[in-house]
Amino acid sequence: MNIESYQLSERLDSFNYQKVQDGILAILDKGCSAVLDMTACKYISSTGLRVLLYSKQMAGSKGLKFYLVGMNEVVQDIMDVTGFNTFFDSFSTMEECLQEVQKEG
Amino acid sequence: MHRVDIFPTHEYQGLKLRQGRPYPFGATVIGNMVNFSVYSRYATDCTLVLFHNREEKPFVEIPFFKEFRMGNVFSMIIFDLDYENIEYGFRMDGPFQPEEGHRFDKSKILLDPYAKLIVGRDVWGQQPNWDSLYQYRARVVFDDFDWEDDLPLETPVNDLIVYEMHVRNFTCGAASGVKHRGTFAGIIEKIPYLKELGVNCVELMPIHEFDEFENNRISPIDGHQLYNLWGYSNVGFFAPKAAYASSGRFAMQVDELKNLVKRLHANGIEVILDVVFNHTAEGNEQGPYISYRGIDNKTYYMLTPDGHYFNFSGCGNTLNCNNPNVRDMIVESLRYWVTNYHIDGFRFDLAAILGRDQNGNPMSNPPLLESLAHDPILGKTKLIAEAWDAGGLYQVGSFPSWGRWAEWNGKFRDSIRRFLKSDEQVLADVKERIIGSPDLYASQKRGIKASVNFVTAHDGFTLMDLVSYNSKHNEANGEDNRDGDNNNNSWNCGCEGESDDPDINRLRHQQVKNAITLLMVSQGIPMVLSGDEMGNSQKGNNNAYCQDNEIAWLDWNNLEKNADIFRYFKQIIKFRRQHKVLRYEDHLRHCDYRDLGYPDFSWHGVKAWQPESGHNNLTAAFMLNGQYATTDGTPDNFIYVAMNMHWEMHGFEPPQLPQGMAWHIFANTGMAAPEDIFTPGEEPAIENQHGILVGPRSIIILVGREKS
Repeated sequence: MNIESYQLSERLDSFNYQKVQDGILAILDKGCSAVLDMTACKYISSTGLRVLLYSKQMAGSKGLKFYLVGMNEVVQDIMDVTGFNTFFDSFSTMEECLQEVQKEG
Repeated sequence: MHRVDIFPTHEYQGLKLRQGRPYPFGATVIGNMVNFSVYSRYATDCTLVLFHNREEKPFVEIPFFKEFRMGNVFSMIIFDLDYENIEYGFRMDGPFQPEEGHRFDKSKILLDPYAKLIVGRDVWGQQPNWDSLYQYRARVVFDDFDWEDDLPLETPVNDLIVYEMHVRNFTCGAASGVKHRGTFAGIIEKIPYLKELGVNCVELMPIHEFDEFENNRISPIDGHQLYNLWGYSNVGFFAPKAAYASSGRFAMQVDELKNLVKRLHANGIEVILDVVFNHTAEGNEQGPYISYRGIDNKTYYMLTPDGHYFNFSGCGNTLNCNNPNVRDMIVESLRYWVTNYHIDGFRFDLAAILGRDQNGNPMSNPPLLESLAHDPILGKTKLIAEAWDAGGLYQVGSFPSWGRWAEWNGKFRDSIRRFLKSDEQVLADVKERIIGSPDLYASQKRGIKASVNFVTAHDGFTLMDLVSYNSKHNEANGEDNRDGDNNNNSWNCGCEGESDDPDINRLRHQQVKNAITLLMVSQGIPMVLSGDEMGNSQKGNNNAYCQDNEIAWLDWNNLEKNADIFRYFKQIIKFRRQHKVLRYEDHLRHCDYRDLGYPDFSWHGVKAWQPESGHNNLTAAFMLNGQYATTDGTPDNFIYVAMNMHWEMHGFEPPQLPQGMAWHIFANTGMAAPEDIFTPGEEPAIENQHGILVGPRSIIILVGREKS
């Protein structure tokens, strides 16, 4: 499986969502699955949550995968309490993610 | 094909605008546009005030141009607004003539009555900026949510077991063990507990946005900060309480609440909201301007001829529910909660007010109630009325229903409580309550499903306090113990308050079990007060509306301390869910209309088939014939319940069962655990099939089925 990662900065909200969304879609448009590296991300807004879910849905529509990696506790909490966590495969580290991808072939 | 109305026509301070769409009211996202629309019959002018998030000063105030008004609606579209980062309000201009009902004041910034997301009280108890001109601030909501295949569950009304609960009280206690205490997310963490208990519906006390600081003060008795904990005082009818969301500080309460509903549904649990459409948080003439008072006072409130507020709610004002525009707002609010949050039902606080006309007089066919009964979107939504108000209108049994409305059956509560304390004057009434109150609901053909039965609710004693206190003890509320109901029909079992006496405590546990037994074997919709299943106490406070502390919070340590009570609740709830014969939809006929050998229902006394054979009007028994309640062609069991509220033991004679069947014992509240109750379906047969001894203040349940 071809896979590429996209690295988030400190926040994902209405100020930068378009850039992030475009970046992820560019990976998917190449026929690659995408990994969103959230290690640096300390805050995600409602807009940001929707960027994630839309990316996942877009990946699914193309037969591709969309993974999340490196969520900190605050972001994980937001994902959990809003239920958005249920839509994603997420991993603590990029290595874990890639191992899983390899297993899935 | 592209639309031709998606380009701006006006510009104001750099913002691109266009005439808005008058409908729907509120703020609506349409592509890269946000449509703002607000109705006011009497306003002469309106201004849209925009803030960047949490900033005190607006960055722009945009007047609604003349061409932006249609009829009595001001509407405007703004293009390319970063709506996640704005808060909005309105200034309304118009007459200030209180004697005419008008209180316009354009110095005030007002909340949109249709605001779907309100910030300003985001973290519970966090002091706001009291100098802020705009306290409760509307934001534009993200209304998309991936529900997957979720929908309201549409559980048959007669199958419901309702659990009345308060979001904060449920998990705020230190022993709750959840990560997100006192929040919607905290409830999610407790879903396994709710499933273990066996309830299939939670009724959430108000979760519309309110201000916990309303009327806040220090208790003169114990020094606690007193809050508006219960929230029966709406700031907005479309927005969830931010501080009930652990993500409220990020304004994500909408998604968090939707997630709660989705997760409860996935576990077979419905969600009913307790809604307060009888008044608002704006209080009386001295109250604050939040929204309605400044938007259109004369439309939104019931006013006396000289412009004062009617006070049928006991809270300073009364919403003008049968004004056509207010009526529309209420209907739209309810539709919104069903369509956007998948809510299963509503319990209407002081619902009798909804049937008063604009002068406060009760109507025979209130248009609001009729609209709700026939509304297409609410067509399968449970509608439950608290069928009285603070103005003296009491409509239990007579609430206008159109076959759709159920009622909180206050008479069930009162009769059962009196019976529990061995009142010798109440047996006839108790019998009506047990069979689904046909005296109240049969004549209108409303059926058993019209009766929501309860022994305790948020108003009044908890069940453990009902058997531990003769009188209320509300001193900590700081109102000299004047608040709260004096008519509790409670009995303390021999000692006021907590006791070390093992006999008293044993009797209290027994009485708690008696109460839940009577509730679960009665026809109608049973409602359990959250915490009763673990013997929760409020230390005798029967009106803990302001006690945001250990008085009102559930003490989860009680689960272990009162393990026998919790076990009893689980089993009796399971029993009810297993036996269809306990959950009729329509009233019983008391005869053998299908020629099955026994009537569908029969009363007995200490002697079989002789209901008059009793002691001091404190003993009675009944039998349900399971052959009248089949599931996929399989008949239910016979169920026999012997009730002895006398203080002495009595022998009861169960009726003879059909050949091949035997009586098995399911429950005996007079026995200590684990002999007090058995697992449904695994009940042991009784030795003497013709006579049982029922101890003082005890109830025995027998199940009649094939001999094993």
